[in-house]
Amino acid sequence: MLFFSFFKTLVDQEVVVELKNDISIKGTLKSVDQYLNIKLDDIGVLEEVRYPHMSSVKNVFIRGSVVRYVHLPAAAVDTALLEDATRREAEQQATKPR
Amino acid sequence: MADAGDGDAAPVSEPLELVRLSLDEVVFVKLRGDRELKGRLHAYDSHCNLVLGDVEETIYVVEEDDEDDEAVKTIKKQSEMLFVRVGDSVVLISPQAPG
Repeated sequence: MLFFSFFKTLVDQEVVVELKNDISIKGTLKSVDQYLNIKLDDIGVLEEVRYPHMSSVKNVFIRGSVVRYVHLPAAAVDTALLEDATRREAEQQATKPR
Repeated sequence: MADAGDGDAAPVSEPLELVRLSLDEVVFVKLRGDRELKGRLHAYDSHCNLVLGDVEETIYVVEEDDEDDEAVKTIKKQSEMLFVRVGDSVVLISPQAPG
């Protein structure tokens, strides 16, 4: 749930989503769900010449499993908070009965 | 409840605890598809999804020229903050870069 919560704090930020098929899509993060599926608005494809498939598309839903990277604006990320949340999550995982 | 501070000498009993000790440190990550990342680890989860800061990505591409000679080309890319959706593509996370 850590990254789900993390992405919810990044809604309305400009991000670049790099897919596993090498296409990079820049757009405004509009929503995210528990699978880290992503909705982007006002999109543009980087390297439009190589990937002209989506030049007329304005917003997309991206299935989480095809994402390789999401490039984020560093200014929008509180790294100390993120590290604390990661430690808390790790502790929960460790103490969880299985 | 034990304090989760870094100073505690909690024994490393699970593999991911080694990754926890690397939080806010520079790590080396090897991915599938001949890709490597070097950056400061800010977050991870049990699927090995990651957030890295000040990242350098290295991609190794094999190029064949006319005489069928193979040359390995490296492509380097920088990113100030990167979420890595690894799940199935992380091979290893190491506390320090090789060599």
